[in-house]
Amino acid sequence: MSILVDQNTKVICQGFTGKQASFHSQQCLDYGTLLVGGVTPGRGGQTHLGLPVFNTVRQLVDATGATASMIYVPPAFAADAILEAADAGVKIIVCITEGIPVLQMLKVKAALKAYDARLIGPNCPGIITPGACKIGIMPGFIHQTGCIGVVSRSGTLTYEAVHQTTRAGLGQSTCVGIGGDPIHGLDFIEVLALFQADPQTQGIIMVGEIGGSAEEEAAEYIKSHVSKPVVGYIAGTTAPPGKRMGHAGAIISGGKGTAKAKFAALKSAGVAIVDSPAKMGQRMAECLGRQAGLGYLQS
Amino acid sequence: MNLHEYQAKRLFASYGVAVPHGIPAFSAQEAHDAAISLGGDGWVVKAQIHAGGRGKAGGVRRVDSPEAAAQAAGEMLGSRLATVQTGAEGLPVETVLVEEISPIARELYLSCLVDRASERVLFMASREGGMEIEEVAAQSPEKILLCQVDPAAGLQAYQCREIGFGMGLEGGQINALVEIMRGLYQLLLDKDASQIEINPLIVTEEGQLLALDGKINLDDNALFAHPDLAEWRDAAQEDERENAARQHGLNYITLGGNIGCMVNGAGLAMATMDLVKLHGGEPANFLDVGGGATKEKVAEAFKLILADDMVKAVLVNIFGGIVRCDLIAEGIIAAVKEVGVAVPVVVRLEGTHAPEGRRLLAASGLALIPAEDLDEAAQKAVEASRTISG
Repeated sequence: MSILVDQNTKVICQGFTGKQASFHSQQCLDYGTLLVGGVTPGRGGQTHLGLPVFNTVRQLVDATGATASMIYVPPAFAADAILEAADAGVKIIVCITEGIPVLQMLKVKAALKAYDARLIGPNCPGIITPGACKIGIMPGFIHQTGCIGVVSRSGTLTYEAVHQTTRAGLGQSTCVGIGGDPIHGLDFIEVLALFQADPQTQGIIMVGEIGGSAEEEAAEYIKSHVSKPVVGYIAGTTAPPGKRMGHAGAIISGGKGTAKAKFAALKSAGVAIVDSPAKMGQRMAECLGRQAGLGYLQS
Repeated sequence: MNLHEYQAKRLFASYGVAVPHGIPAFSAQEAHDAAISLGGDGWVVKAQIHAGGRGKAGGVRRVDSPEAAAQAAGEMLGSRLATVQTGAEGLPVETVLVEEISPIARELYLSCLVDRASERVLFMASREGGMEIEEVAAQSPEKILLCQVDPAAGLQAYQCREIGFGMGLEGGQINALVEIMRGLYQLLLDKDASQIEINPLIVTEEGQLLALDGKINLDDNALFAHPDLAEWRDAAQEDERENAARQHGLNYITLGGNIGCMVNGAGLAMATMDLVKLHGGEPANFLDVGGGATKEKVAEAFKLILADDMVKAVLVNIFGGIVRCDLIAEGIIAAVKEVGVAVPVVVRLEGTHAPEGRRLLAASGLALIPAEDLDEAAQKAVEASRTISG
């Protein structure tokens, strides 16, 4: 088991023939993702990376039965792409694009309520179930099939968590990058619920950052709904207030959204917090070792 | 991106939000002429900077003659104004706004913003105008009125009336507030503003509602759709290095410490700053070279970091996902040679092609300090910064 995607997930790519999309689609194919085709309006009927190109998502979904999409279209067109996927019946919509205007995301989120679709991102590395399905831009080779679920607002910090859990011999069940934008799809709570219900997942690493209150809300959820060990890290302890730290959503405004408050909320929810992101893997191993009475700790 | 008060008021006026008559001036003479052109016998001269707290800092002055307006403007223009929000250095005053004096009966607060928690546009209002809203929220949260706008239905008149009656408005003021709130909502949508604030929104002695001050924050991600507003950017109000970084597609923020950081990914860049601090150092900056970091970008990043005289050591922390570590290594080598780096550089490379990257660095003959993991990298950078400063 894993969450959301597995070796049978049929995936399409929107913005398929673009440079970034081509590069990452090839990487996904090499990893073994069941990529079945792509969409670039006006290039339907062509072949790209050995796969069929369609003009619309609906045509491609009808032809292949695909249930997941990864989106690489430029920010000005990404909201349109997300809704096109939802309207065509795609269930897992992974939007990699960074820089979508926040008001467009506000409308997209409201419109998505009418569909049975899950949005991951935007401004995220994507989702991967190691050895089975990689949808996104993460480096596949650092992953290893295993028992840790990773959920994070940051791409490169996800890679740190993955790298460390691979080195600790734990591996990952599924890793979800929920993205760095203030308004985004899947949130911590939804992913935590999926990991809690997934038998393969034995422990969860949650990586947050400054801005908003998603980590505080996740902490409340963990208190009452998550029995598996959770290791938590929050980036941005030293970030000055009022400054956007790279991610559109990473900003302390009006004294709210500080790392200190988020760490405190996680700690009070029983999450094993780490002050250094270098310690996520080791701390997870310790948690599992103690819980399961096993001795497989530091490598 | 932030707008100046005079720019915000120009937009307010075009959306039916009443503002005092005023004219921006860029010289003492223009301020003099503005006063004459506005007429009357009293004016206020307001320094235009991207920060609040101007009144207490001497950036808002009442004058009673065009000559006095010119004098006030002359003293403000070309100076730097330090307020509680700017830090000691202050911000440069290059424009003043000359306005008619508005007789104030009451001061209220009104703002709207994109609220990430509810994923809706949210209006906030309070009877306590002229105070920071955070202060009101902390001291008397019951005085804050909120309303969320359904994105499909849009702002409804009843919502505005609730806010208006809640603020103690009466009679024709209620309809005036409905128009102001509708104007703000449309302005926010049309111009992709992420936040608009009127503080204070005043009730004049004649009972008229006027936006006495105005702040607008635009969504940087949407500026591509508003080239006219993008031209209103006042780079002088922003950090010079942060602007230079933006032009090279880099995310840079000045922090004031002595350990320069170059990292890929916003989260890892923040984490790297935190680690420097955790190990007893002070980060000089936040710098995200981004996912598609090229050799040229890395070289520019180095120049940017080293342009800060405070920097005593540089910490490069790259987890190569999209970006290959051997390319980063080439960029580091080229930049160190080109820029002539005189401070120690600690490098941690991990991820795609990391071994090749490390080999290139070791074979470069340059005095680069390799580090295996995050903690070690931060430790070594802190040590290196002390060696050179001691």
